[in-house]
Amino acid sequence: MMEQSVDVTHQTHEAHSAHLMEEVQENVQACMQCGTCSGSCANSFAMDLTPRQLWRLAQLGEKEEIFNSTTFYLCSACYYCTLRCPRGLPLTDIMGALKRLAAAEGIERYRQSSNFYRTFMDTVRRYGRIREAEFMNRYFFSMKKNPFLPLGFAAVGMKLMKKRKIPLEMPKLFGKGRFDALFRKVKELEARP
Amino acid sequence: MKYIYYPGCTLETTALEYNKSTQAAMQALGAELMEIEDWNCCGAAAGEATSHLLAMVLAARNLALAEQMDGGADLLIPCSGCYLNLRKVEDHVKREEGLFDKINEALKEEALEYKGRIKVRHLLDVLSRDFDPENMKPLVKKDMSGLKVAPYYGCQALRPYPDFDDPQEPRTMEPVIQALGAEVHPWDVGSKCCGAALMNTKKDVALELTGSILRAAKGADCIVTVCPMCQLNLEAYQKPISQEQGEDLSVSILYLPQLMGVAFGLSEKDLKLNLNLAMTKSLKERLEI
Repeated sequence: MMEQSVDVTHQTHEAHSAHLMEEVQENVQACMQCGTCSGSCANSFAMDLTPRQLWRLAQLGEKEEIFNSTTFYLCSACYYCTLRCPRGLPLTDIMGALKRLAAAEGIERYRQSSNFYRTFMDTVRRYGRIREAEFMNRYFFSMKKNPFLPLGFAAVGMKLMKKRKIPLEMPKLFGKGRFDALFRKVKELEARP
Repeated sequence: MKYIYYPGCTLETTALEYNKSTQAAMQALGAELMEIEDWNCCGAAAGEATSHLLAMVLAARNLALAEQMDGGADLLIPCSGCYLNLRKVEDHVKREEGLFDKINEALKEEALEYKGRIKVRHLLDVLSRDFDPENMKPLVKKDMSGLKVAPYYGCQALRPYPDFDDPQEPRTMEPVIQALGAEVHPWDVGSKCCGAALMNTKKDVALELTGSILRAAKGADCIVTVCPMCQLNLEAYQKPISQEQGEDLSVSILYLPQLMGVAFGLSEKDLKLNLNLAMTKSLKERLEI
């Protein structure tokens, strides 16, 4: 019985990933490789593949190559490519879909970002609003394989604490979450074919 | 003028001064803000990166609550991230088949319904289109002449929805700054990205972007922003960026309504300038704050 339910979850998970990739492929179908996106991208200087190259790989469904590159997670959602794309493609949203897919597939190099976002949303599920202090502590815990990570946030954290901008509230880890039902319902709706 | 008001999580904590100064400046302009009770997080950058439907539902819950309030009033949002997340729902329900029904099926869990009626507007949209800068002039109590202000718009108030300004060469802050009696610092990075959430996940890249904005502000007395994320990126990393670039790039960073409030002679209690992380001594002396 147990095994069966695990299998079902696994299948849903696979189907979900496949569905996301199909969506990405479909959305970039009309890309004509003009490169306006690459020329408009604020972060292309730091990317190994330009956005234009990424869209070609997406058209071809080359998932592995897409996730081997740094491109999708260097998107900072400035929406310049979306604004300027002569085909009117929702490119920033497609980058978002790739980020979701990378999180769903547990892509290692994206783990820091996906843990950051997952922990954030879990705090929202619990309280309805974000609680900075608790969220950051739980994020650091989720990244405990990288014990130096908190150092990168220390200077700004201290500045904000000094100004009393980060309220310290007692975490409620075991009670019912504010949005448990809402989050469950969304999951159920997403699993529908 | 009445507006329904959504502050969002950041304006309750790290951007409290944006919240206070928005309320004070709007009150000075004669507008009434009615805050949504029991509003929830808009999902920030994490919503879309986790689940598209969840991001839509979280944002739509706030819209549904706003629709239950005063009929006909627009929804005013100062944070560009929150603004975009809530504004997106308006657009996506029109172009994604079945989304509207799915959102409402989920919202049943909260005994709410989104009707698609409410209009979502950024603070800058409201300031620049509902108020005539000419009417701001009589409110100015402090001499702001000679003060050079660099208007920084950021991304998500402008793109992908160019509701109220040119999404590449925005100008809407200029008449406001001029009405206050200050000067506009000429620059062309007002709509360039500050790195946004990459500051948390890919810091070196975000520092590069923020650095280029700080460099372009040389000669200005301050930068004004309309987004808590832009504000924090611009004010909190000036030291490491200056060290890296080998020159002092420190500059004061204020929220636009804070600058308005200073000009209107509002009190520190309303403006909370003591909460800003980057305020130079010379600006404080110049503005006597």
